[in-house]
Amino acid sequence: MSASRTGVGGDGGGDGVSSRSGRRKASHSQMKHIFKIVAILVAISAIWVALLETSTVPRSYTWLLPIYLVVALGCYGLFMVGFGLMFFPTCPQEAILLQQDIVEAKEFLAKKGVDVGSE
Amino acid sequence: MEAAAGGKRAYSIIVPTYNERLNVALIVYLIFKHLPDVNFEIIIVDDGSPDGTQDIVKQLQQVYGEDRVLLRARPRKLGLGEFRTPMKQKVTGADVVTGTRYVKNGGVHGWNLMRKLTSRGANVLAQTLLQPGASDLTGSFRLYKRDVLEDLISSCVSKGYVFQMEMIVRATRKGYHIEEVPITFVDRVFGISKLGGSEIVEYLEGLVYLLLTT
Repeated sequence: MSASRTGVGGDGGGDGVSSRSGRRKASHSQMKHIFKIVAILVAISAIWVALLETSTVPRSYTWLLPIYLVVALGCYGLFMVGFGLMFFPTCPQEAILLQQDIVEAKEFLAKKGVDVGSE
Repeated sequence: MEAAAGGKRAYSIIVPTYNERLNVALIVYLIFKHLPDVNFEIIIVDDGSPDGTQDIVKQLQQVYGEDRVLLRARPRKLGLGEFRTPMKQKVTGADVVTGTRYVKNGGVHGWNLMRKLTSRGANVLAQTLLQPGASDLTGSFRLYKRDVLEDLISSCVSKGYVFQMEMIVRATRKGYHIEEVPITFVDRVFGISKLGGSEIVEYLEGLVYLLLTT
């Protein structure tokens, strides 16, 4: 495995050029995300128009389908937000550990002559 | 990890600061404490803090060495992120390792209900519309391979807050291997957060921009 490097300045990092250009080519052929969403919307509209035209289901039902779709999307969003809120991960023990770290750091750095006394 | 020869470091830890004199001392201390066997350097990018952050950094250089703690001073405020807990790092073949607050073993502390609600709403919106390939778009703890970072930086145009989103979304679209590690985020202890009330508007603008361009 090669060493992972991060950083903006400095030199090095010549390896990986070939793989990078390969990835660049792949990204050019990729569809912009908005077009994917538009494509999905167009497909749904096409199905809906087809249902309207062929009248396989009674028309009065078909007219309501887009409203159901919007309501369903809204429910999905609300459910996801609510679910996430209920199980929002928290870390109270880390806050305590951090306070201990701060005391420790201040002690150490003050001894070494770093001015950490004032806020 | 291969040993870095000739003083070249395996990892560069970039810490942007603006008026963070106590936080910068704390983060440098914690990084050195938790990574004793890692060949790294800390690059502190300071946006011309008037509170003496750079003086503290110079004092830290006396303690830890000028080759381990580097100061890159920028003349004025150009925008930054928040940094708190050290990133737990996983050794994989990943191009990008990104910290996430929204999984098991990760988490936040000190957020009220409103902030959690905003965060969840923004997250659901982005995951549904954008499929960004990462569960935490705006977390600032990321590890990049150098060539991947250079590639991504050269294709990102956003500044400030949206920059974090653009980097990870472009990484996903370019097909880079992204791994996630849980991070914990304790709300800032010292100083005040520099993120203002226009955060939500900026986030939505960023979302639309990324929908149209990636």
